Amino acid sequence: MADKVLMKGNEAIAEAAIKAGCRHYFGYPITPQTEIAAYMAKRMPKIGGTFLQAESEIAAINMVYGVAGAGFRVMTSSSSPGVSLKQEGISYIAGADLPALIVNVQRGGPGLGGIQPSQSDYFQATKGGGHGDYHLIVLAPASVQEMADLTIKAFDLSDKYRVPAMLLADGTMGQMMEPVALPDVDVAEIEKPWAVRGTKNARKHNIVNSLYLKPDELEKTNFERYERYRQIEENEVMYESFMMEDAEYCVVAFGIAARISKNAVLAARNQGIKVGLIRPITLWPFPTEVIAKAADQVKGFVSVELSMGQMIEDVRLASSCKKPVLLCNRTGGMIPTPEEVLAKISELADNT
Amino acid sequence: MIVFEKPKALTDTPLHYCPGCTHGIIHRLVAEAIDELGIEGTTVGVAPVGCSVMAYDYFSCDMVEAAHGRAPAVATGLKRCMPENIIFTYQGDGDLASIGMAETVHAATRNENITIIFVNNAIYGMTGGQMAPTSLPGQVTQTSPYGRDVGVAGYPIRVSEMLSTLDGPEYIERVAVNNVKNVRNAKKAILKAFKNQVEGKGFSLIEVVSTCPTNWGMTPVKALQWVDEKMIPYYPLGVYRDKTAENAAKEG
Repeated sequence: MADKVLMKGNEAIAEAAIKAGCRHYFGYPITPQTEIAAYMAKRMPKIGGTFLQAESEIAAINMVYGVAGAGFRVMTSSSSPGVSLKQEGISYIAGADLPALIVNVQRGGPGLGGIQPSQSDYFQATKGGGHGDYHLIVLAPASVQEMADLTIKAFDLSDKYRVPAMLLADGTMGQMMEPVALPDVDVAEIEKPWAVRGTKNARKHNIVNSLYLKPDELEKTNFERYERYRQIEENEVMYESFMMEDAEYCVVAFGIAARISKNAVLAARNQGIKVGLIRPITLWPFPTEVIAKAADQVKGFVSVELSMGQMIEDVRLASSCKKPVLLCNRTGGMIPTPEEVLAKISELADNT
Repeated sequence: MIVFEKPKALTDTPLHYCPGCTHGIIHRLVAEAIDELGIEGTTVGVAPVGCSVMAYDYFSCDMVEAAHGRAPAVATGLKRCMPENIIFTYQGDGDLASIGMAETVHAATRNENITIIFVNNAIYGMTGGQMAPTSLPGQVTQTSPYGRDVGVAGYPIRVSEMLSTLDGPEYIERVAVNNVKNVRNAKKAILKAFKNQVEGKGFSLIEVVSTCPTNWGMTPVKALQWVDEKMIPYYPLGVYRDKTAENAAKEG
């Protein structure tokens, strides 16, 4: 086990990416994730990697597209308004079936919004984000350790399925410091026969592309991609279950909201309310079956979110609306207190 | 004795371009340059959005299809992760000088060691003949039906001149392919643009003044004449930047 060091969440992402074999980073400054770019600017030249401050988020994601097409591990990072700009490129990367990592350290929106933490890009991250039929693999860390671990996991999953991955963090995760262990990673060399590294006059040319002018061909590529999505849904769902064994009520929350909710769950237990927590770690694929099972066990759900209520739709879908789902939320950079979450749990308990 | 054959760097796929369009000539010149330098096996091309979107089917080297205007950014990614490979983009005027102007200017100012073939025919061809950033004052297009009014739509952009104001680029030349002499000059320029990259000299852009008989509403022959009469006076041919030659002249 590696020694623990004290690091900011953003720096943990950057160092973990390097450990995972990522040697190419392209980004553009935006609060609250700029430490990732700063860290990469320091480290990449020392290890023979690329750090390039692009002229825009759009250029950065298209540089990522180039490196991903060549089959090398590559990433970009940004925060909400910048991630909106990247959507065009993300759609092309998804359409060309390329692996890549996009980090979104979310801030409040819409528009220029604010610079305080938020989870209001949930829809954008989990439902596609750009145009067309596609998903990203979306991982939501709830600690600095997970910022590191899920960065490595994201690269592996992305390579395995040829699906771009997004690490969906928020401003608190990016800015807070916690002890983190950064173990050395055994980077498995995955064959990428589709990559464009030159034919060496030894094979037919490879084409990295998302254009299919014949509708039946485009449909076929989308069907094939969705078959891979089905496998991801079957094999890669990650979640944490906390005090759910005997729970009569269930809080669903991810990232920083889950940490706050844990305190509220413990406080509610002290008051005799049997409540547990399900924390989705993969937001896509969403832990649908776990929520569905919980819907047969509990009397109701509370979805705790730093948004106007986005994940709550997936909780309702997963539970087939069998039980009531209340929303406990703050938005615009405001963060709910454990007391606010507790009050919502009590409201649920009083009414079901 | 074979005196003329298809360059190896072109595939057997029939080109989809309109009769009289000069994309075919320019494709051939690019392929000849790749053949002559023996670089097909290490070359990765980047196709744009526009008439030449399917260039990825025509060149035998590895190819990437980029989003509209983003080819220089995609090429930057490719070159940064594979500095030993040869990376080129092939872009039209809407792609390079309108939606992709930021990517173009910044790749140039970084002196990315890539080669850009910029085809300027003063119109959006693929979408059916709309005004381009390089459409001439007064030029009638689908979106400038009364002629380009510079008071409303502004003036055409002279890309080669503009990029030559930057310190970054190694080589910038404007050529045309509307007659044999011009084609021969274009061939030399394109070859040099690739050779510069092989030699690690940096950003080379060749602007090729081209035609669009279909959307200009002219016969192919008339379109070639229109290049001489209208295009070249606004877009003078010549070398706008040759850093190596300029430095040699200073030292000499």
